[in-house]
Amino acid sequence: MRPVYMVSGGITKFAKSTPKKDFRYMAKESFDQAMADVPNLSLDQIDGSVIAYFSDHFTRQLMAGIMVQDYLGLTPKPSKRVESGGATGGMCFQTAWEAIASGRMNVCAAVGFETMSHVNTWKGNEFIALASDVNFDYPVGGFYTGYYAMMVRRHMHEFGTTERQLAAVSVKNHGNALHNPYAQFPAELTIEDVLNSEMVADPLKRLDICVMSDGAATAILASEEMAFRLTDKPILISGVGTGTDAMRLSDRPSREVILLDHERAEDYKDLKYPGVHSFRGGRVAAKEAYKMAGIENPIEQLDFVELHDAFTSSEIQTYEDLGLCKYGDGGKFVESGAANVNGKMPVNPSGGLLACGHPVGATGLMQSVFALWQLQGTIGQHFGGDDTLQINNAKRGLIHSHAGTGTYITCSILERGF
Amino acid sequence: MNEKKPLPVKMEEVEQGCVLYNIDPIVMKYHYEVDYIHSYAQDSPFFEGLAKGELKGSKCTKCGGTFATPRSHCMTCGAETEWMQLPLQGKVHTYTTCYFGGQEFLAETPFTLIMVEWPGVDTLFLSRLIGVAPEDVKIGMDIQAKFKRLSQFKPTDVYFVPVG
Ligand SMILES: [Zn+2]
Repeated sequence: MRPVYMVSGGITKFAKSTPKKDFRYMAKESFDQAMADVPNLSLDQIDGSVIAYFSDHFTRQLMAGIMVQDYLGLTPKPSKRVESGGATGGMCFQTAWEAIASGRMNVCAAVGFETMSHVNTWKGNEFIALASDVNFDYPVGGFYTGYYAMMVRRHMHEFGTTERQLAAVSVKNHGNALHNPYAQFPAELTIEDVLNSEMVADPLKRLDICVMSDGAATAILASEEMAFRLTDKPILISGVGTGTDAMRLSDRPSREVILLDHERAEDYKDLKYPGVHSFRGGRVAAKEAYKMAGIENPIEQLDFVELHDAFTSSEIQTYEDLGLCKYGDGGKFVESGAANVNGKMPVNPSGGLLACGHPVGATGLMQSVFALWQLQGTIGQHFGGDDTLQINNAKRGLIHSHAGTGTYITCSILERGF
Repeated sequence: MNEKKPLPVKMEEVEQGCVLYNIDPIVMKYHYEVDYIHSYAQDSPFFEGLAKGELKGSKCTKCGGTFATPRSHCMTCGAETEWMQLPLQGKVHTYTTCYFGGQEFLAETPFTLIMVEWPGVDTLFLSRLIGVAPEDVKIGMDIQAKFKRLSQFKPTDVYFVPVG
C-alpha cells in the first residue's frame, strides 16, 4: 500500500428539494467546486472514479452512477458504483482510497449523491425501511426511527442516559450549523425546544432526527506524487477502518467488549455487548483505523470528529464506539460540553447530519470535505468569511459513516500532510 | 407483385393528460407500482408455524447457538441450524411507541414495537405489543404471544400482550 491524500472537495448546498437540478447536475456542481480548488488538475489527469448513491428507489433510475460518470466527462475511464446503505458516502471514499493505495490509479474522484425529494416523507421512510430485513423487520416496524428508539431506550436502561442528554446533541449540532452556509437546517435551539418537539418514536422527537435531503459531494484523492503537484495543502488519509454487523437488530448475541488500546477489560466487567445499545461494527471500524494511523488514545490524538448523527442517540452511542469516552458515558460526554466546537473533542463542528442534512450517498463525502477544510485551515474561506467553526490548529480528524442499525460502518482518519 | 400498403406517417395520439405540479422546471407525477413475487424460501416453516400458533427459532447443530429470529445457518460457526420451539412467554428487552411510520404503516399508528427476549436464547425477536398504554410499557415486563386467527403469513401474525 502507498500513501493516499485528499487534495480537494466540493459540496452542493443540501436542500429539501432541488427540482431545477437532477442528480447529474448536482454531482457536477460538487465536482466542479472540487476541481476549482486544484486548478492544476485537468480532467485527463483523473484516472477514474467511484460513484455512489444509496437507493435505486429514490432515484428511479438504475445505473445512475454511469450517468454521472458520463456527465462529468470521465467516460470511458474506469468507474464503479458503491452502495452500503447510510455508509455509502464513507464507503465510496474508502473505495477511492483503495484505488490509489493499490497503485491502480494516481487520481481518483469519489462522487456521491442522493435525491430524496421525489417521494413524500412517509414514503421516503418506507423506502429507507426496506433497508431492514423484509421477512422479519420491515412488516413489523417499517420505520428506522422506531429501531433507533428501541436502541436508545435500552441505552437509557443500561447506562442512565437521559432525554435531556439527547437534546443536548441536537442543540449543539443545529447551533454549529448557524455558521455553516452549506447546512440545510441551522437553528438556535434550547433543550426545551427539542424536548417539546413532536414525538416520533418514543423517546425520539422531531428535533432528534435528521431530515431528508437532495445533495451531492465530491472528494478528489491522489497519490503522494500527484498530491504535492496539485496543492500545497494535501491531507493524508492515514487510516481507514470498516466494520459490520448483522442486518437484524435482533441478531446481536452477547460477546466480550472489543477493547481499544487505552481501555481495559475491567472497565466493562458486567456489560453485555454489543446488545442493541452499542455498535460493534463502529468499534471494529475505529480499531482498524486507529491501528493504521498509530492512534493509541483517540481523545488525545484527534482534534475533531465528524460522525454520523442521523439521530441524536446515535451520536451518543458513537462517542463510545470511537472510544472518546467509556461505554455508558456518552450522555455525560455531550452534557459536559466536551463535544462543543471549543470543547475537548469537537464533534460535528459542521452541524452533522442533524443540521446539514443527509442525502445518503453524499453524506460521508460531505464529512470528508468539511474535514479537509478544517485541516487545511480554510473553513472561513469556504464559509463566506465566517471562521467560527474553524478548530484552531486542527491537525488530525476522524470521519465516520454508518448504515442501517450499525450494519456497515466506516472510519477514516485524515491529517495534515504539509 | 404485391402492392405495398402505405405505412401511417402520423403517430397515434392518446387522449390522456398528465398530472403537472409545476413548470420551469416541469415537475410531474409518475405512478410507480408493482406486484412482487416474494418467497420466504428457507424461512417458510416459521410463517407456517405462526399459522399453527407456534413460535419457531433456530438452534445451531454444531455450536448450540440459539436464535430467536430464525436463520438456517449459524451466524457464529456457519453450520446448519435446526428448528426450535420458543416458549410463548417472554420478556420485553426494549420498546418504543411509534407515532409516525413508513407510509404503509401510517394508518396503524400509534403502535408499540418491542424486542422480545427469552432466558437462554442468544438473540431477540421484533414484534408488537398490544393492550398496554405507552407510558406503562417497561423493560423486563412479562409478555405472552398471541396469534392472529386469520393468518396473513406475515411476522405480525404473532404479537404480544401482557401476562395475566
Ligand atoms: Zn454455530
